[in-house]
Amino acid sequence: MTENLKIIEIEVLRYNPESDQEPHLEVYSVPFSDDMSVLQGVQYIKDNFDGSLTFRWSCRMAICGSCGMMINGIPKLSCETFLRDYYPDRIRVEAMAHFPIEKDLVVDLSGFIEKLESIQPYIIPKEPRSLDQGEYIQSPKQFNDYIQFTSCINCTLCYAACPQFGLNPDFIGPGAIALLHRYNMDSRDGAAAERMELVASEEGVFNCSAVGYCSEVCPKHVDPANAVNINKTNAAKDYFLRFLSPKGGAK
Amino acid sequence: MKSGLKRSNAPIFWSLFGAGGMLSALFGPALVFITGIAVPFGFLLPADAMSYPKMLAFAQNLIGKGFILAVIALFLWFAAHRIYHSLHEFGIHAGLAAKLICYGSAFVATVISVVVLLGLGF
Ligand code: SF4
Ligand code: FES
Repeated sequence: MTENLKIIEIEVLRYNPESDQEPHLEVYSVPFSDDMSVLQGVQYIKDNFDGSLTFRWSCRMAICGSCGMMINGIPKLSCETFLRDYYPDRIRVEAMAHFPIEKDLVVDLSGFIEKLESIQPYIIPKEPRSLDQGEYIQSPKQFNDYIQFTSCINCTLCYAACPQFGLNPDFIGPGAIALLHRYNMDSRDGAAAERMELVASEEGVFNCSAVGYCSEVCPKHVDPANAVNINKTNAAKDYFLRFLSPKGGAK
Repeated sequence: MKSGLKRSNAPIFWSLFGAGGMLSALFGPALVFITGIAVPFGFLLPADAMSYPKMLAFAQNLIGKGFILAVIALFLWFAAHRIYHSLHEFGIHAGLAAKLICYGSAFVATVISVVVLLGLGF
């Protein structure tokens, strides 16, 4: 079997915080078959060349969102990207851009997790509801308003794609804003005004300069750029109309 | 929810940017064609279409004034915002200085346009 295997060169960005001053590239020659993903390529390196190579993965079927890497400079899920599409050229695999590297291909996502928490990613009912009021009824239209934005798998590829997040790590960013929008658009939720404080803040939507690359790299077609844009309009309305609204809008 | 959030003033600039962007997309090419090609070359339009008396009459009409002001001011606010953000994207974070230069020049030009247009009378 091994004779039929082609060999591809994989260049991997390595960084060991205990011994390295800065990240550097190392090249490995990896035998592969046509059904092998880039993730399987780096797994081959770990199993055969260097057991210390560190990266995240779990489902290997584009569901868990943990295997994001820069592949030839483009943020991609490594489990759904195939080595055959790069052969015979060398392929470069790096940690996701714009995040601090923890080790090799693993980045520090704690900032992203904080942002996820800050958007209150759960349904906050408009008014308290008792059990005997029964379930919520939602029309297909109401369902369609938010369903697309539920597909996010928190892979953060959109953050690696976003030049504005790269310039300002405080920017809440595409993925979290898409999820925020998902809850705002849910007919069961009543906390859009509460979330507006964050949307309209200096960390909010106006960091976006409508590059749109986030939506291009999103493996789940969430279209976070669209969510950000809609919320720019919402925040602008809130900015100018808050003086007219009885509650005075967000602070 | 995070505490200590500061409301961004961006909507002011973003709205002017949006309005200017829309206007320049709608009228920009036509204006370049009329003022840069059609009139100077006497092509499709009579050569005196933009003669001084005609333009003066246009600028003395209320709607004409509004149009001229919108085209000058909103185009500039649009450009100022775009340039400011492009500087940021190229890694020049001049902050307040860049802001003042970009939006300041749009503001000054807007004020001058208003003064001149009003000075032309009705
Ligand atoms: S919006 Fe798309 S790219 Fe961004 S984290 Fe969610 S699934 Fe990933
Ligand atoms: S391993 Fe789960 S998305 Fe790639």
